[in-house]
Amino acid sequence: MSFAWAKQYEPKTDFTKWLDEKLPLPRLVYSAVGAGYPVPRNLNYMWNFGVLAGFCLVLQIVTGVVLAMHYASNTEVAFGQVEHIMRNVNYGWMMRYAHANGASFFFIVIYLHIFRGLYFSSYKAPREMIWLLGVVIFLLMMATAFMGYVLPWGQMSFWGAKVITGLFGAIPLVGEPLQTWLVGGFAPNDSTLNRFFSLHFLLPFVIAGVVILHIWALHIPGSSNPTGVEVKKESDTVPFHPYYTSKDGFGLGVFLILFTFMVFFLPNTLGHPDNYIEANPLSTPAHIVPEWYFLPFYAILRAFTGDLTIPFTGIVLVQAKLLGVIGMFGSILVWFFLPWLDKSPVRSGNYRPMFKKFFWFGLIPTMIILTICGGAPAEEPYVVISQIATAYYFLHFLVILPIVSQIEIPKPLPFSITEAVLGKDADETAKAATATPGTSAGTPAGATPAGSPEPAE
Amino acid sequence: MASTAEDTAMQGAQDGVRRRDWIHIAALSTAGVGGASVLFPLVSQMAPTADTLAASTTDVDVSAIEPGQSIKATFRDQPLFVKRLTPAEIAEAQADDAADMRDPQTLADRLGEGNAEILVNLGVCTHLGCVPLGAGEGEDKGEFGGYFCPCHGSHYDVAGRIRKGPAPTNLAVPEFEFASESVIRVG
Repeated sequence: MSFAWAKQYEPKTDFTKWLDEKLPLPRLVYSAVGAGYPVPRNLNYMWNFGVLAGFCLVLQIVTGVVLAMHYASNTEVAFGQVEHIMRNVNYGWMMRYAHANGASFFFIVIYLHIFRGLYFSSYKAPREMIWLLGVVIFLLMMATAFMGYVLPWGQMSFWGAKVITGLFGAIPLVGEPLQTWLVGGFAPNDSTLNRFFSLHFLLPFVIAGVVILHIWALHIPGSSNPTGVEVKKESDTVPFHPYYTSKDGFGLGVFLILFTFMVFFLPNTLGHPDNYIEANPLSTPAHIVPEWYFLPFYAILRAFTGDLTIPFTGIVLVQAKLLGVIGMFGSILVWFFLPWLDKSPVRSGNYRPMFKKFFWFGLIPTMIILTICGGAPAEEPYVVISQIATAYYFLHFLVILPIVSQIEIPKPLPFSITEAVLGKDADETAKAATATPGTSAGTPAGATPAGSPEPAE
Repeated sequence: MASTAEDTAMQGAQDGVRRRDWIHIAALSTAGVGGASVLFPLVSQMAPTADTLAASTTDVDVSAIEPGQSIKATFRDQPLFVKRLTPAEIAEAQADDAADMRDPQTLADRLGEGNAEILVNLGVCTHLGCVPLGAGEGEDKGEFGGYFCPCHGSHYDVAGRIRKGPAPTNLAVPEFEFASESVIRVG
């Protein structure tokens, strides 16, 4: 499960020896996140976000379990019960603000984690399974966050639930019965609130389970790194503890400064004031918006305004509403195919000049534009802008990425991580003397052997 | 599973079919049927409860509605717009019957048989489910004098037909009948 030079756990006291024989839990921890896990020595701060995401999950579970001790999932009392937590429960305000802002920070961390993966192509072989499990975790997070937002039973809770469950109504034939079944009625009601509470409590533990699989899958090839060159030898790695426990600890400190600043000084900035009005099924807020972390996907949903018709006949093949739903789910499902859409043998965006341009000047601005459009009212010019951005989004993954990965000439990769860090590698010098050029051309790391021609920028 | 059993039996005793195979098949089938029969209640429990379904018909007294006036009632937890059309509105709606519409329907289709002026619509925009304006006093009735959804700008005409904006279909007309001269029963 790890590199040959990984240190083995050696129990020192009689008690730890006894424990190691009966239940080798310390051994597991030692090999997973201790000195027994060798990690590339060149990880930058973008590699902090996995640990931070894990911290966020624990934070949400702890604050969430506390909130559940004081909440009641009944439409008659739920709204008041949240205010009861805010005003009457000791430190209830802190728990609730930490939980609400914790969700936002969880998504910030996850988006940075995902974009790290996209830029450094962490999804490529041999790490496809880690990526696929990550997308599953992201989908579970979205479901969990959506259901959690319904629980305060404010206006945005109710109408968010109505609009999102209404998406299922767009599915042909089974849509309407499916929607009624999901909601347990004809509009969000007491049954809806109760089942959302139950599932909102359950799903984080499902996420925790998939996170364990995610980490397990990670530990088979080991962590990737900013050069994308695979670990070759012991000098390429350092033990996770103490090197990355301290680096992650520093990152956690920075994260907590930002997080606590939001919790204590700007607790409602990321929320929506309409959710402090109790849910009213007979009155729609003028402007329904989801939480900020769903805005890009909401913009894609609303970008589809025309039906798909057979030209000149007026026969509608797919209604605009269903197209929007397909587009929205498709925008995330496309990530499942990334390991096979991106055919470049080079992983790191640092060595891929064309890919890098499309990433920074194509994908990133597109995501920002979609976020802005998702929060804007559905009127011009936002509709056209979100349509263009949606088109680019899908083009980027389905057309640009496969083509770029075929035609671009990558920059020469360092021989090893050691060389990338120290500027020289004794093994390479020795190797050059025996003159064996460009071995292992089939593997990503060795695809561009040192000394290949400079790419035309 | 049955075909597998037959296949195995066909091969005859020389292939080593044992009496135990039948026990395996029977046990697995029983477990499968048992599992499936537990699945049904687990899925079904999420459907609307009996009290939600029991509340799925609503009686609305329409005798007090003046011509041109709308009232908002509740039907299946959703707003219901009941309106008594004025002769002018009826004429306007009939004049538009032949107009180019996304979801063509005549006024007569929407009122139903034996009903000349009581328009019953679900107050749920067919786009993403917001409640349109236009049923209350002084609310924006949109460009066609009927209902206007502020969320994404769908305009419905006096008969609740979609005329402009993103909504795919006309406002839903629930099934209803006149329980008496003055009361309609919706649902």
